[in-house]
Amino acid sequence: MTDEDRRRADRLARALGVASLGLGIAPLTASDVISRLCGVDDSRSARTMVRLVGLREWVHAVLLLGSRTPGPLVWTRVAGDAMDLSALGLAASNRRGHRRARILAVTAGVVGITVVDVYAALRGTRRRKPEGARAGTVHAAITVNRPRDEVYRFWRDLENLPQFMIHLDTVRDLGDGRSHWRATGPLGRTLEWEAEIIDDRPDELIAWHATEGMIAGNSGAVRFTDAPGDRGTEVRVTLHYAPRGGGAATAFTRLLGEHPDQMVRDDLRRFKQVMETGEVVRSEGTPEGTRTTRQLRQRPAQPLARGGFR
Amino acid sequence: MRANCWMGRGKVEVQDVPDPQILNSHDAIVRISSAAICGSDLHLYDGFIPTMKKGDVLGHEFMGEVVEVGPEVRNLRPGDRVVVPFPIACGHCWACENELFSVCENSNPNAGMAEKLLGHAPAGIYGYSHMLGGFPGGQAEYARVPFADVNPIKIEDDLPDEKVLFLSDIFPTGWIGAEMADIHDGDVVAVWGAGPVGQFAIASAFLMGAERVIAIDRFPYRLRRVERMGADPLDYEEGIDIPDALRDMTGGRGPDSCIDAVGLEAHHATPMYAYDRAKQATRLETDRPFVLREAIRSCRNGGTVSVIGVYGGFVDKFPMGSFMNRSLTLRGAQCHVQKYLRPLLDRIQRGDIDPSFVISHHMSLDDTPHGYRIFRDKEEECNKVVLHP
Repeated sequence: MTDEDRRRADRLARALGVASLGLGIAPLTASDVISRLCGVDDSRSARTMVRLVGLREWVHAVLLLGSRTPGPLVWTRVAGDAMDLSALGLAASNRRGHRRARILAVTAGVVGITVVDVYAALRGTRRRKPEGARAGTVHAAITVNRPRDEVYRFWRDLENLPQFMIHLDTVRDLGDGRSHWRATGPLGRTLEWEAEIIDDRPDELIAWHATEGMIAGNSGAVRFTDAPGDRGTEVRVTLHYAPRGGGAATAFTRLLGEHPDQMVRDDLRRFKQVMETGEVVRSEGTPEGTRTTRQLRQRPAQPLARGGFR
Repeated sequence: MRANCWMGRGKVEVQDVPDPQILNSHDAIVRISSAAICGSDLHLYDGFIPTMKKGDVLGHEFMGEVVEVGPEVRNLRPGDRVVVPFPIACGHCWACENELFSVCENSNPNAGMAEKLLGHAPAGIYGYSHMLGGFPGGQAEYARVPFADVNPIKIEDDLPDEKVLFLSDIFPTGWIGAEMADIHDGDVVAVWGAGPVGQFAIASAFLMGAERVIAIDRFPYRLRRVERMGADPLDYEEGIDIPDALRDMTGGRGPDSCIDAVGLEAHHATPMYAYDRAKQATRLETDRPFVLREAIRSCRNGGTVSVIGVYGGFVDKFPMGSFMNRSLTLRGAQCHVQKYLRPLLDRIQRGDIDPSFVISHHMSLDDTPHGYRIFRDKEEECNKVVLHP
């Protein structure tokens, strides 16, 4: 839901808060009249019940008018409506004649209010679209226990990237800083694009942007700095996916998954594994190695029936 | 092959599963000659460790013979007899270079999962949840050992399995518990939990110069065992207040060092127990930290509390005021086993200690479920079960 939707839902919820305030007045100040109108003045506990309903309406009012985001709190009104309807049902079931008719008329009114409340409650709790579907920036960092020039060199050979970036199938170096990238997206859909290195400072920085294909307009940079205390190299990646890509930007962020930050961090972790140990570490829980989109849907950690090296 | 699999809370089954395969070039396959059930396996058995899946092969204490090595393994050959440490370490990251093997930065392929719960991810561990790597364990006929050139220790003489098997976990774990407790000559050390790890912590504390070790437990057979080791047994089910008793036994000072060898499933005979049980059952806290609270409150001013009992997530009613105002030191770790393999093997070879003293039961692999049950329920005076696949 957009921010505008949310504001509208909150306005509606506040209006219901004001209504609650009004609805509470009569039951609290004239419980005898109300119980007569409702046809329940034959019961001794009716006036107390009516007063309690009025009091509850004011509780709703306080909740809805007191909260900065009252949308979801409308559900408390829905719960109150359910209580009222069951009480009315109970009252109707053991009365006849004009009393029963009055109860049913009041019930019809409460049903009407319930419909409004449920509508407002649903609007107030509609979920936001997942973060990943919007334009934005992803940032991640890791420390690699190798010298800066070595780390830079490995990354600068873009054809190495699919070794640790799980969504990439291949990267082909076309020369002159240009490269062709291929990835498998959701539902096995192939995404292809061309990218160009726009800044390249040896041992410090590589920046690129996509020039052609499905994700044109997206860009990224990786920076290399010495880690303190001789701990190797700090690697920081920033990815921007621009809104002008429209549907393509969405496709790209879907590729990154619902948690793009996590995905990039996992990619960096695999980068570290490759740099420090020579390969991506695999367990039977994630035997696919670099194809670890499967990490989300793991099988039990039983040994593989078939496989070995991929 | 046959392997003991986690099948849900309170249920393990020995099943036929596919043989392990070399997946990485530094892997080895080990044919297991002896494996053990660890107290921490009982936390899995009781369902307190998240991210377990039905069919996961359990077991992180095992040894055997190398039968296959990957192309990059240089220092092991088929036929070598090895003990395998329970945390998996790559040997190349900063943590490994600094001998912090159980927080290796590369050996946990599911580090992202662990980060969500723990902030940063520890190393992978055999048979100990997907959060810790999803590696099949060693209560099986065979196991795949990653980074085989870094992790296992070769046993070149004819020491029997039962003397070296516990190098895989509980001996070094007890040792690091005592080491983190910063024990000096003449110290009084209190150890909560007189199970196998507690027993090794007691033995290690004496080897490090402790003058007196007090062991807290509730099972008479375990208390008898530690008494034979020279420790003073303290049975908390006798209705005594442990911090009071410890104050009394130490002339009002409190123990110089306190070791928590119990962890997240602590039992105790006070109303707080019901409180913790209820909160744990409703997932309001994941761990029952009674021992931790008691250890902190009992420790002398300026003393050290060392935690080797396993905790999984979050605790509450943590006595932060006691910890801060009384200048305590709190340390904890999954043992960096690889660091201690050589020195502790030397001690075994020299005869300083014979770790087989903890064993109470030998079983075939097929009887593993029975072993889990009697170990958990403390039947048949079960102290430590060794499995022979």
